[in-house]
Amino acid sequence: MNALVIAALLLVLLTVSYQVGWSRSRKLADGKDTRLHSRPIYHGVLAALFAVLPAIVILGLWALFSQSVTNSFILAQLPAEVAQQQPFEVQAAISRVQAIASGYGVIGEPTPAEAAAASAYASFQQLSFLGVIAAAAALGAGGLFWAQRRIAPRLRARSEVEVFVRLALIACSTVAILTTLGIVLSLLSDALRFFSFINPLDFFFGTTWNPRFQSTGSGSAGEYGLLPLLWGTVMISIIAMLVAVPIGLMSAIYLSQYAHERVRGVVKPIIEILAGIPTIVYGFFALVTVGPFLSGLGDLVGIDIRATSALTAGIVMGIMIIPFISSLSDDILGQVPRAMRDGSLGLGATQSETIRKVLLPAALPGVVGAVLLAVSRAIGETMIVVLAAGNSPVLRANPAEPTSTVTVSIVNQLTGDADFTSPQSLVAFALGLTLFAMTLLLNVLALYIVRKFREQYE
Amino acid sequence: MTDTVLPGASAGAQNRDQVRKSLTRRHRNEALFRWAGILSIAAALGFVAILFGMILSKGLPSFWQSTVHVEAYFDPELIEGGPRPELADFPSQADYQEAVNKWQRAVTLSNWNRIVETALRAEAPDFEIESRDLLELVNSAARFQLRDMYFANSDVLGQTVPVSILASANTDNWLKGTINRDAPDDRQQLAATTRALADQFEANGTISFDFAWHIFTNVDSRSAPATAGLAGAFMGSLYMMIVVIVLAVPIGVASAVYLEEFAPKNRLTDLIEVNINNLAAVPSIVFGLLGAAVFINYLGLPRSAPLVGGLVLTLMTLPTIIIATRAALRAVPPSLRQAALGLGASHNQTVFHHVLPMTYPGVLTATIIGVAQALGETAPLLLIGMSAFIANIPAGPLDSATALPVQIYLWQGNENRNFFEARTSAAIIVLLGLMLLLNAIAIFLRSRLEKRA
Repeated sequence: MNALVIAALLLVLLTVSYQVGWSRSRKLADGKDTRLHSRPIYHGVLAALFAVLPAIVILGLWALFSQSVTNSFILAQLPAEVAQQQPFEVQAAISRVQAIASGYGVIGEPTPAEAAAASAYASFQQLSFLGVIAAAAALGAGGLFWAQRRIAPRLRARSEVEVFVRLALIACSTVAILTTLGIVLSLLSDALRFFSFINPLDFFFGTTWNPRFQSTGSGSAGEYGLLPLLWGTVMISIIAMLVAVPIGLMSAIYLSQYAHERVRGVVKPIIEILAGIPTIVYGFFALVTVGPFLSGLGDLVGIDIRATSALTAGIVMGIMIIPFISSLSDDILGQVPRAMRDGSLGLGATQSETIRKVLLPAALPGVVGAVLLAVSRAIGETMIVVLAAGNSPVLRANPAEPTSTVTVSIVNQLTGDADFTSPQSLVAFALGLTLFAMTLLLNVLALYIVRKFREQYE
Repeated sequence: MTDTVLPGASAGAQNRDQVRKSLTRRHRNEALFRWAGILSIAAALGFVAILFGMILSKGLPSFWQSTVHVEAYFDPELIEGGPRPELADFPSQADYQEAVNKWQRAVTLSNWNRIVETALRAEAPDFEIESRDLLELVNSAARFQLRDMYFANSDVLGQTVPVSILASANTDNWLKGTINRDAPDDRQQLAATTRALADQFEANGTISFDFAWHIFTNVDSRSAPATAGLAGAFMGSLYMMIVVIVLAVPIGVASAVYLEEFAPKNRLTDLIEVNINNLAAVPSIVFGLLGAAVFINYLGLPRSAPLVGGLVLTLMTLPTIIIATRAALRAVPPSLRQAALGLGASHNQTVFHHVLPMTYPGVLTATIIGVAQALGETAPLLLIGMSAFIANIPAGPLDSATALPVQIYLWQGNENRNFFEARTSAAIIVLLGLMLLLNAIAIFLRSRLEKRA
């Protein structure tokens, strides 16, 4: 209902003001010798901007502050001692009044004070909504009035509209900055709250990961040693790279140096299909196919390989990363100047010697950058490890045993009812911060190397 | 003369000899290298084949589910509540509604299991089986199915109507052989008599494998796993994708236009640029943490809502769209801009009337790639509570919902492993099918747009 009223108000403002701007500016130009600086369309848009923007600002402010205004209004209606209680009790009292006012009723008989507050709140709610709507409409009308007074042949309506457009574009491009800022601030603040419970040294250098459940802990906060998780992450990433780098690099080399154009046209898109498959599908694949296969293989040769282990997760993650490495290396090999290759071939080197001794050394920095990007992706990968790594956060060197990673622990700690007050859930943010810092470092390094490499051959 | 030539000639001959000797080794290395390349390509293609083979072989049978076809007799002795109240008999709408509610309550309390049982027994009159074991044959929501049929049309009272009831998940496993049929009785989910009856029904055609439309129309179900479907998760994903398209495309295109066409080269724009490149490589789970901390904890938006999921995925998709749009803008020839400016168009007009329309195919492709990526994302959604069990189809973006990839995650963890392994693969087929469809649309639209341009 409210949303409908607001939408209707904005729509009416928009049409009326556009129409006024358009027709008035047209009338100015009609049948006279005066020429408008801008076309009527721009006058219309300008008038619409002047009318709608103030209304939107008012509505936005109300949306932001209505909660706190309402709360303080209700609190003012209730007896003074209510406000001196604990914050959650105050909140409970406020929600009680709101529930009474909404007509759904509450458990227990409302006290006279509550009933009075509720009826006051109900009328306040109506009045404030009407007030806000009226204010928005009045401001909109004012803006429209001002805009139509300004309409004149010399008015640079187009330039003014273009300034608005430019501002809107700038606002959009700051979203990316705000996102990064939001990530850093939210991770930092919640991680700091976590470190108020747990000593950072115990977190970064602890070797035991055992966050007990809050309900079972009698004052014990659990142990939060990062090292087992970090080791699991590193081990799985290494296994993934051992699978992905040789296969990805060799496929890229073969496709770009040896393969027939037609073969390349068929094979390359098929390999790239691997990049588009959601990670949850890889996780399921690891759990249902690769894990049992590996443990069967282990039985055959007499090694104990668990179905969900670092090995399973690492191999499947490697498969996921193959197209990433192969397409990046393909690009990079393509950037090595042809003259170097031709020179080597002309001196009598075989094709593989040319590739190994000339092309690869020249492309090495780029390939290293690509591998670093792939590592950062492997570190941040979640669903494969959630399903296939076995979730056993113990410091072990054997890759055939189950393990756990930073990402798995984030999911485990924050899924369920997160209350953002206990170290059990706040630790997710400390882990997230670690993860973010690691990937950021790898990315910056990789992008730097790749850029340097590009400059070398430009 | 000969003195000076001879040592050289002998050295040359020696060299040639050496080269010839080493040639075999070099050619062997060449062949080895080439084979290494072929093998890695074979490995990569093999992984694709195994992955798809596994999913299709596991998932496709799940689309045909064992269905029991019986004749249900709506026994007036068993169904309580009498005839449905008629509107004409009541003084007001409210009285009528009350009477209908009362009637529905009475009908619900009738012994619908008996009706299911009778219908099943009629198909195998001589078969001795306990009622409890008999009811295990069909899914536990069968009684609600019959009741809802009766609600929809109460004229069936006293009639015999052909009904198709889904067999239970365990029956389906048994008939498809997804559990070990030779396992001893204590390892089987179903009683021996139930299994024998299922086999008999399959033989006489009472049970057939019908296409499981309910996978697309039903929501998730815990009490009756055989009836579990994807409709709720699909709607959740749909709402999220709408949010992503509505927010990410305009914002992404606008920032790309600003950075590529308007922005002065200074510290701030450099910062934005580095930023976007880094955001593209931030792990998705970090976006989930952002969503949990900012959208849910700070802004107080509801947990499990597709709106929040959509916002998180929007932030994740933005860099993809921005980077691709910028590449498309860079590919527009400068002569176009110069021509427009030369004819007196303003900078804005040049960009929005002439340059931007040229990039539509690129923007479209980027959008679809971004949406496909967002459609398959799971990890951030787990952190904002979208992994809850939701038993109804969300009616709006603020209702609790789950998403297709999260549904896959939930199903793979279900206790009824034998049944849900197949059902999960079926869900994966649906998800991959949707992604394929998106990409096909992108290719089709792109070719049309490019033809026009």
